[in-house]
Amino acid sequence: MALSTSSNFAKPDDAFRAIVEAHRGLTDAQSADLDAALVLVLANHIGDVEVLHEAIALAKRRMLEASQQQQQQQQ
Amino acid sequence: MAQARTQFGYLRHPDEDRVAPDMAEYPVVVVGAGPVGLSLAIDLAQRGQPVVLLDDADRIGEGSRAICFSKRSLEYWDRLGVGERMVEKGVVWSVGKIFHGASQLYQFNLLPEDGHKRPAFINLQQFYAEAYLVDRVRELPAIDLRWRNKVIALESRNDGVALTIETPEGAYKIHASFVIACDGARSSLRRMVGAEFSGQVFEDQFLIADVKMTAAFPTERWFWFDPPFHAGRSALLHKQPDDVWRIDLQLHPDADPVHEKKPENVRPRIARMLGHDEFEFEWISLYKFQCRRMDKFIHGRVIFAGDAAHQVSPFGARGANSGLEDAENLSWKLDRVLRETSPESLLESYHIERSAAADENIRESTRSTDFMAPASRQEARLRQAVLALAKETEFGKRMVNGGRLSVPSVYDTPLSTPDGDAWCGGLRPGASMLDAPIAGREGNPQFLTEAFIGAGTRFTLLEFGNGAAVDVPDGIKTIRIGSNEGFVDAAGFAGKRYDAEPGSAYLLRPDGYVAARFRHPTRPLLEAALARATGFN
Repeated sequence: MALSTSSNFAKPDDAFRAIVEAHRGLTDAQSADLDAALVLVLANHIGDVEVLHEAIALAKRRMLEASQQQQQQQQ
Repeated sequence: MAQARTQFGYLRHPDEDRVAPDMAEYPVVVVGAGPVGLSLAIDLAQRGQPVVLLDDADRIGEGSRAICFSKRSLEYWDRLGVGERMVEKGVVWSVGKIFHGASQLYQFNLLPEDGHKRPAFINLQQFYAEAYLVDRVRELPAIDLRWRNKVIALESRNDGVALTIETPEGAYKIHASFVIACDGARSSLRRMVGAEFSGQVFEDQFLIADVKMTAAFPTERWFWFDPPFHAGRSALLHKQPDDVWRIDLQLHPDADPVHEKKPENVRPRIARMLGHDEFEFEWISLYKFQCRRMDKFIHGRVIFAGDAAHQVSPFGARGANSGLEDAENLSWKLDRVLRETSPESLLESYHIERSAAADENIRESTRSTDFMAPASRQEARLRQAVLALAKETEFGKRMVNGGRLSVPSVYDTPLSTPDGDAWCGGLRPGASMLDAPIAGREGNPQFLTEAFIGAGTRFTLLEFGNGAAVDVPDGIKTIRIGSNEGFVDAAGFAGKRYDAEPGSAYLLRPDGYVAARFRHPTRPLLEAALARATGFN
């Protein structure tokens, strides 16, 4: 697996915080615009389409499972 | 508007007097005298094959249609003896610019290097291209071109195909060993063999207006996303000969085609774009498009080429150009099969190579179209992000997709001999030959593509000499560079483009694709490569 999923930030909380703060004060639509641009910038920085595919697969799998679990809990 | 540029007469052919089951027999019948059918017929005739070429119309020139012809197509037309005329009439270009709103995002040059005979592209109305090809056909007695001959039925037999043909004077039949269907996107032969032709349909409509005006715009391809004169959609401006300009405007999927096509409704749109009203319409067309291909390009003895076999969106000039690549790919193979110097199975490589090329063209043009017409809110958002990032970043500019223009495919094909030596670049087997300036013995400048034609457009060994002559098998012509009796690579372009060392050699197929390459060619190596490339494997 080329995608690194071990923790790469010395202070992970700083990284998460930076992203959260970037969205503060934005509407949902503005947030979605920002995310779109951010994904493209980061994808280009990675510059490896295999890693990108793996990242997409991981994100998609987790999101789908998480939303399924949420639905089951609501039932 | 939409004048028929050239009219041809129907002539009764003696074949029409024959009464079934008696019918004339021919090795090849090509159906459809468009750019692909005409080029294929010329190529086959130049290889010595008699060709019957049928067309259901009696004229060419309903609108400009295809206008961008690629370097690769021009090199092919050079081999057919019509390249010079096309280039003389055409508008040469290599630069494209992409705009977002009122400002330029970036520009690209499709042929930034010297040392090529032909430019990246010319723009030329399809009716000119067809007229020049018809003139060439008339010089070749081996081609029997029959206007107003419409194929209405097709019956497959073991040894060929019986065609029923309708003319103004009734129906008649002929028999062909092979039928090549070049009868366009609405191919009736495709329907007659019962082949599927499905794919992705795009909802957005596009309005083409070819307008005549004098204007000082440069001969560049200009493409806008969300221009001030056509808010929210895309637009294209491109020059053709005779002061005609191609304008392509993306319309809403729900736009009413009948209303939008009326000149009085098109005029204000164009005037808004140009900032004036001093133009005349040459042609107006409104279209939706599809990206699709046939599963199999070969149905028994009926072989499909061009739009009949595959269709793409127009952004990328991949329609007519890929059809011409079909023709050059098929003609030499069919010639060998008809001469029985290759097994009929060689034709299967036509399907393998050209259907893969069609997939590539469909993939590229689908991506362009998806970028121009995002299918969901999130796709639109990503597109918007790319355009916004492009203002400031190089990677953003490279992601902006206003059409990726046609380049020849690299074939993964059983005809190629895999590399056995170490190469550092150059052209791998399955790639199309690259041009380079070379000089003859007397210092007369020439191009490699011309030397290839001079060698007969056959299997040709491109040798970079080291003093020792290669023992070349029969059936292979040679172009020697660097030795005393051959050509000189004075500027070093050829050596560089082919990653050549003294002794290196490339075996080129008759369509100019690389079949094999060797650092140290020997007769057994060349014999094996030739056998493989001609279907004996």
